[in-house]
Amino acid sequence: MPVGVSMTVNGKAVTGSVEPRTLLVQFLREHLGLTGTHVGCDTSQCGACVVHVDGISAKSCTLLAVQADGAEVTTIEGLAKGDELHPMQAAFRENHGLQCGFCTPGMVMSAIDLVRMTPDPSEQEIREGLEGNICRCTGYHNIVKAIKAGAAAMRG
Amino acid sequence: MSETGIGAAVRRKEDRRFLTGRGTYVDDINRPNQTWAVIVRSPHAHARIKSIDTSAATAAPGVVAVFTGADMQVGGLPCGWQIHNKDGSPMLEPPHPPLVSDKVRHVGDQVAVVIAETRSQARDAAELVAVDYEMLPAVIDMREAIKGGSLVHDDVPNNTCYDWELGDKAATDEAFAKAAHVTKIDIVNNRLIPNAMEPRAALGEYDAASGDYTLYTTSQNPHVIRLLMGAFVLQIPEHKLRVYAPDVGGGFGSKIFHYAEEAIVTWSAGKLARPVKWVADRSESFQVDAHGRDHVTHAELALDKDGKFLGLKVSTLANMGAYLSTFASSVPTYLYATLLAGVYTTPAVYAEVRAVFTNTGPVDAYRGAGRPEASYLIERLVDRAARETGISQIDIRRRNFIPAEAFPYQTPVALQYDSGDYNATLDEALKRADFDGFAARKAEAAKRGKVRGIGFSTYVEACGIAPSAVAGALGARAGLYESAEIRVHPTGSVTVFTGSHSHGQGHETTFAQIVSEQLGIPFDNVDISHGDTSKVQFGMGTYGSRSLAVGGEAIIRACNKIIDKAKKIAAHVLEASEADIEFKDGQFTVAGTDKKMAFGDVALTAYVPHNFPHETLEPGLDETAFFDPLNFTFPAGCHICEVEVDPDTGVVEVANFTAVDDVGRVINPLIVEGQIHGGVAQGVGQALLEGCVYDADGQLLTGSYMDYCMPRADDLPSINAGTTTTLCKHNTLGVKGCGEVGAIGSPPAVINAVVDALSELGVTDVPMPATPQRVWQAIQAAKTAAAAE
Repeated sequence: MPVGVSMTVNGKAVTGSVEPRTLLVQFLREHLGLTGTHVGCDTSQCGACVVHVDGISAKSCTLLAVQADGAEVTTIEGLAKGDELHPMQAAFRENHGLQCGFCTPGMVMSAIDLVRMTPDPSEQEIREGLEGNICRCTGYHNIVKAIKAGAAAMRG
Repeated sequence: MSETGIGAAVRRKEDRRFLTGRGTYVDDINRPNQTWAVIVRSPHAHARIKSIDTSAATAAPGVVAVFTGADMQVGGLPCGWQIHNKDGSPMLEPPHPPLVSDKVRHVGDQVAVVIAETRSQARDAAELVAVDYEMLPAVIDMREAIKGGSLVHDDVPNNTCYDWELGDKAATDEAFAKAAHVTKIDIVNNRLIPNAMEPRAALGEYDAASGDYTLYTTSQNPHVIRLLMGAFVLQIPEHKLRVYAPDVGGGFGSKIFHYAEEAIVTWSAGKLARPVKWVADRSESFQVDAHGRDHVTHAELALDKDGKFLGLKVSTLANMGAYLSTFASSVPTYLYATLLAGVYTTPAVYAEVRAVFTNTGPVDAYRGAGRPEASYLIERLVDRAARETGISQIDIRRRNFIPAEAFPYQTPVALQYDSGDYNATLDEALKRADFDGFAARKAEAAKRGKVRGIGFSTYVEACGIAPSAVAGALGARAGLYESAEIRVHPTGSVTVFTGSHSHGQGHETTFAQIVSEQLGIPFDNVDISHGDTSKVQFGMGTYGSRSLAVGGEAIIRACNKIIDKAKKIAAHVLEASEADIEFKDGQFTVAGTDKKMAFGDVALTAYVPHNFPHETLEPGLDETAFFDPLNFTFPAGCHICEVEVDPDTGVVEVANFTAVDDVGRVINPLIVEGQIHGGVAQGVGQALLEGCVYDADGQLLTGSYMDYCMPRADDLPSINAGTTTTLCKHNTLGVKGCGEVGAIGSPPAVINAVVDALSELGVTDVPMPATPQRVWQAIQAAKTAAAAE
């Protein structure tokens, strides 16, 4: 039996009718067409699906859509202000912190939450903070640099 | 150098769309009236299919169709390289149907496809397909497989695909007869699972009105898929088949090959006249994406009394898995044994390679493909030879390096290296790694209870795949040239159509830098188009670090044709002789005058001509070039790794990693360094973390990210990457390729460092991956052996 869900996604109120087993990531991708959030695994490990739920990073493959009912959800599509990239997005570009781009949305969303918790993270803190995000392209070297730079830009 | 020209660290054009969630990967594409496919896969490694009952699945909610191998009678998935046995007979190529009917040969083998209105319905119904299996003994270990007890394919005796050799056996035996010392090694190159972060996906579509098929697929080479699937599997002529690989989330080789699912969704779309979409679960990716490496090798190196290498003998078993994947047969032969001279003057090399079928998933090219297996073997052997002879790790390499003045250098195993300076890369690496400070770092680590070691790897590889004449002589069934089309638009902007494919490499940026510089037009006026067979004339795709060395040269040649044509137009407009037209910085000038025309004016004139001489000057400005290289390119380098090992727990920490690579001319240093970082991460992953494990029954034990250890950010150090440069001699840009060097150079550096660290404890070898358990076991075994003496 489909059930109704409503939440705020990237500042807009949205509603939908979903099968109860529908994951938040499926709701975002298939119902709302927000395909920037990716699915890279089926065991909650790769982190390609990370979004913010009420301001905190969450793996959207590990939440049911109904669990996010009433929540404020931010996806990668909701970060930039018009043409102006979020400082973390800009730092990833400046530091070549992405190659194929598939893990990137989750990396950026995780990085922003990492900086929320640790405004001036050390290299080690960044590396440990990325435990839940896998990248196969970059060797993380430039991602770590990007997050350091992005954190500095976010501190202003 | 301009800010966007050759050599500049230009920030990538493609990043904005990826960073804002606007990339278009195959799973992001949905077509009207689309259905979903879920593949029913074998849970067994080896079993005969007695019957398949699809009735319950067919009756399940939302199901549109269920097809089995009996329904899908099409051609088999072809292998692109034919290898010959020692006796000259061709390799055995058993059938490779997209859906199997007779028996399953590995866990994950395709048995049926369930197509439904939604993915959930297809998944639910797939559970209802009842397959009655008669279990057969599985053969997993290659050393058992060649005894021929159980056969993966009934008509392949001893499970041997081919038994091949390269090199002069008699000369090598003679070299060993003269040896003062022989160093021997038994080595396993561990099986890896590629794990591009984007799972594979395929979406087939059929237009009943036109009879046209479209396949959206996660491919590194869409034209090759069109050729293989169209001509060999489904018999769809190429003008009725479009293959489009849009943004692709990493490949590393695993998305080169033509996979069953591509044929299944395309064929099903034709049958149903509805789009059919399949997206792999990660669990499926683990099972059925082609794996990499998986060699078992014995090798011996003959040295004279001064530590000069006299000869090398190598005997390798190479796992093909259950079926021959597209490139599989070439990997342990022409991409491996031809590299066994390494960077050394070893005058005699003999290699024999036996390719073996087992009840495991197919094995094919994975980042480096054959060359990492060669470099690991050689550099482990050289490391051990140094320890046995008491010559230093650095001296033994310098004594045997091919000298810089010896190029072009013909090796005893088919290849001719065009350029290189191996001492220069070693010197730069020693400097960057602060080799002189190592002893102090080791002493300091000892105070903390850690044993610290340093390991070296000096490697060469062959890429820029491939000179068609050479590849053809070696068994390739197709030439491996590349194409480029430069379409100049009327107002002077340019679209470049390349047959190579970017899945993270940044072609949209690098290629635009080249074209911008060649044509003297702004970087932002150049767009790169790739991946769509309906736009790009033809192409062989991206693998073997070929995009720039082969595809980039095709672009240069197409640019040159554009300039030649533009000169004709300028000469006509400026009323000068074509020979007097000079082109520089985007301006066509009449030599010795102030008469000139900008590139954009020539472009406009080309499309709005008024009085072009009919017989000699066509309108338009659009040129195509195909480039077939004369030789492979030969990047080389030196990687130095320092590790600290906790002798109580066996935990290995990479303390420093230095990579100095000669990749020829660097177009964009930011992108080149990024490629090297990524390659090194995969190499360190192979050395310390990653290993595919099947149990004796052929069940995949490492089938998820919980079981297969992917490198995480806190497993890796920052990478100290640098380059030295000798130019490739046979392309205009002098480029060699940088996509695979990291994965080729790094594994032996890591393991040599671990062995160096543990040498004081009596350890002489540690297998890959050097997990804490294996390192601890090696330490305990050495202690036990020492106590017994």
